Amino acid sequence: MADHAHSETLALRVQFDTAAQQKDASTLGMWIFLITEIMFFGGMFTCYTIYRNWYPHVFAVASTSLNATLGAANTCILLLSSFTMVMAVRAGQLGQQKAIVWFLILTLLFGGAFLGVKAVEWNEKFEEHHIPGQSAFHLDGVAPTEQGSAQLFFSLYFAMTGLHALHMVIGVGILLWLIMEARKARFTADYFTPVDVAGLYWHFVDVIWIFLFPLLYLIDRHLGK
Amino acid sequence: MSDNGQTHIDSVKTYVLVLAALLACTVVTTAVAYVDLGPFSVVAALAIACFKMLLVALFFMHVRHSNKLTRLVVAGGLLWLGILLVLTMTDFATRGILGVPGK
Repeated sequence: MADHAHSETLALRVQFDTAAQQKDASTLGMWIFLITEIMFFGGMFTCYTIYRNWYPHVFAVASTSLNATLGAANTCILLLSSFTMVMAVRAGQLGQQKAIVWFLILTLLFGGAFLGVKAVEWNEKFEEHHIPGQSAFHLDGVAPTEQGSAQLFFSLYFAMTGLHALHMVIGVGILLWLIMEARKARFTADYFTPVDVAGLYWHFVDVIWIFLFPLLYLIDRHLGK
Repeated sequence: MSDNGQTHIDSVKTYVLVLAALLACTVVTTAVAYVDLGPFSVVAALAIACFKMLLVALFFMHVRHSNKLTRLVVAGGLLWLGILLVLTMTDFATRGILGVPGK
């Protein structure tokens, strides 16, 4: 451990003995935050599990009304953004300051594209009157007495994708800040912790979508064919 | 591949392979949803999603190079999520099976 070299960087705070110790503390802190996020989303996933368990048929019909092609494409876009994010972290590890900036910009573009597709999908819901609470709410293929259960599905759809999108918007904000800092050559192979922990956050948001996609878009798609 | 002390740096090839596996899984999970597997469609969907989560966590989030404390925290988080889901469902999933006491 090149403690001596590390302890001379400005990035090392007084409370840490070594840069490695400081980095471990930052990583652990981020993971603790992500655990609280898992429990936060976990409540919604539990809610979803209960209602899908109660109204399996209505959830299946409501799910087939979502655009699975757009959902799958968006999943791929988000996975690509995770790849460019991990490449930015790798550039940080290697101290390639220009590469950090470019990979962060690519991540930002993919993240923006994801939100754009999401906006198109939400707009479709408004045009199809699939907004819970709307007096005009109507889902084809579901009995009039079960329209309430269908509204439950769309409530969960908007709550879960909405909360996910909010996390994406926050992630975009973090990326913008990181890009500005990286352009000032703030990150080196000895200190790129902000890129690293932002990467953890970005991948976590990706993991949430990995579960949201099949659970919301892909319930019994064969019913619709 | 340079090595700066204790930080482990994965190769670009590793990340590209992980990305390819993740994209392939997305195609598979979408395709399998159009096949009638009965109650196993949700099992297949969740199994693929869990596999994708493992890929992202182990490679992109560097869990496989993390120290033991970080791994413990990650496993602990999943344990608490499991308690949330399983204990809640012991109520909701058995309501039709067991009678309500006092009723």
